[in-house]
Amino acid sequence: MTDTIAEHAAADLKKGASLVEMEGVGKAYGAIRALEGVNLRVNAGEVTCVLGDNGAGKSTLIKIISGLHPHSEGSLTVDGREVHFSSPREALDSGIATVYQDLAVVGLMEVWRNFFLGSEMRKGRYPMAPLDIKGMREIADRELQKMGIHVKDINQPIGTLSGGQRQCVAIARAVYFGARVLILDEPTAALGVKQSGVVLKYTAAARDAGLGVVFITHNPHHAYLVGDHFIILKLGRRVLDKKRSEVTLEELTAEMAGGQELAELSHELKR
Amino acid sequence: MARTLGRPEVGALVAAIAIFCFFYAIAPPFRTLPAIATVLYSSSTIGIVAVGVALLMIGGEFDLSAGVSVISAALAAAMITFQFSLNMWVGVIVSLVVALAIGFINGYLVMRTGIPSFLITLSTFFVLQGLNLGVTKLVTGTVATPNVSQLDGFGSAHAIFASDVNLGFATVKVTVLWWLLFVVVGTWLLLRTRTGNWITASGGNQASARAVGVPVPKVKIGLFMGVAFLAWFLGMHLLFNFNTVQSGLGVGNEFIYIIASVVGGALLTGGYGSAVGSALGAVIFGMTTQGIVYAGWDPNWFKTFLGVMLLMAVLVNLYVKNYAAGRK
Repeated sequence: MTDTIAEHAAADLKKGASLVEMEGVGKAYGAIRALEGVNLRVNAGEVTCVLGDNGAGKSTLIKIISGLHPHSEGSLTVDGREVHFSSPREALDSGIATVYQDLAVVGLMEVWRNFFLGSEMRKGRYPMAPLDIKGMREIADRELQKMGIHVKDINQPIGTLSGGQRQCVAIARAVYFGARVLILDEPTAALGVKQSGVVLKYTAAARDAGLGVVFITHNPHHAYLVGDHFIILKLGRRVLDKKRSEVTLEELTAEMAGGQELAELSHELKR
Repeated sequence: MARTLGRPEVGALVAAIAIFCFFYAIAPPFRTLPAIATVLYSSSTIGIVAVGVALLMIGGEFDLSAGVSVISAALAAAMITFQFSLNMWVGVIVSLVVALAIGFINGYLVMRTGIPSFLITLSTFFVLQGLNLGVTKLVTGTVATPNVSQLDGFGSAHAIFASDVNLGFATVKVTVLWWLLFVVVGTWLLLRTRTGNWITASGGNQASARAVGVPVPKVKIGLFMGVAFLAWFLGMHLLFNFNTVQSGLGVGNEFIYIIASVVGGALLTGGYGSAVGSALGAVIFGMTTQGIVYAGWDPNWFKTFLGVMLLMAVLVNLYVKNYAAGRK
């Protein structure tokens, strides 16, 4: 499966090369500051984990990188060029693909339609050109098979797949369309242990193929399995920013669980 | 087999066959070809707009102004042509622009404000209803437009929008053929083009569609304009068929279009449905309005029947959706 990903991953990816860089990025929604002064680097062939509790600013961070909401402060650099995305299409065109936890796919549409949604193959370039349905079915089926995702029928509504499979289809889609940076928004949050394992394997495969991966989660155990770099957000600010070699799982877990606050709480509740 | 049963229009097809057999059995006049032609004509006057409404609903939006904008288009064409003594085709084109503008405004407001289309188009509905009555009164002094049958260009417009076509075995209104064409185009658009994919995705999961680069606002504004176009088309038919238009008509038809779409398998929540289904819904409507008359019953029962049909359709759709969404 790693080979398949490598086959589609852009050839110019050099491990360690900086793909996305954020400097002092912030975002305010009216009077509410959702994010403030965040620095983040996404390197090719590495997984950058962004951890944080609910409301920590994780979603805002993704929305900025993926083009759903533009940032209001700081700078966002992609491949050395400063950018200001105003639509997801622009981010996609820069090779940044996002797989969302809950809105990765359109449940009532067939698997192959989901796979090609937004990048449909057509038999011509004029406005009403018919879709190349046969070609899309074949490619979607082949790509999913190659990546070890077994779908009974490529024509079934994607809502009939399990949550893990749906995530994997969404990741496979992003990779197939030549993503250089893959943003995974809580890919394991709604999944069981086994399903999470499958998704984590894909994450690692994408990393090994040279993609830059941003892995957003509130589960430090999942993050530590695949991460190279860890950032913890709290109330829109960065409270921890360490390489894998500088941090242990225990530290991450403690920091995620509340760190100092948890220590105080346990002191208060001592029995 | 399972896939055939999973199609949105299957429920409507079964219902249409059942209703046809029912009236065929109890109402002898229903069995003649002219009666069938009348049923088809009646169906086409609903079905034409229902195609657009079905696509719009698959795209996740409503249009409550579709019923009165039919009349707005007809009134605009008639009064502009008559008052300025123009060729009929000028009025036809100007009214098309007016209709498309109404559709654009509906779509733009829905996308720009994020207010549910139910509310936006409800407002448009009232605005247009008032304008239809008020402007007609101001211009003509009565509640109807002048007779346009003596104007230049009426003949050719009548031929296109309201003529009778002899098919050899029966004579049908040309609207039936237009309706078939619109259903075919709608089906093709929905299932065979990128635009169709985008319509289904925009209605099925707007955020997800947007995230993979689907231009959701363009798609939805286009859908509202599609409904407006078809409403204009029906308005032209009414004008050239009856030579004059009553300004108070059209109210309530928006629900008939929605019912036809829903009976045809469209989900109120969007993302699922079909153009063929809306046609079957319209046929059910046509068979029932005419069938009740042929059977010699009191037509007052018609609305009750319509309500029961809608409820049954919604129940079938609920079942279908659960089946399609399957195990999670």
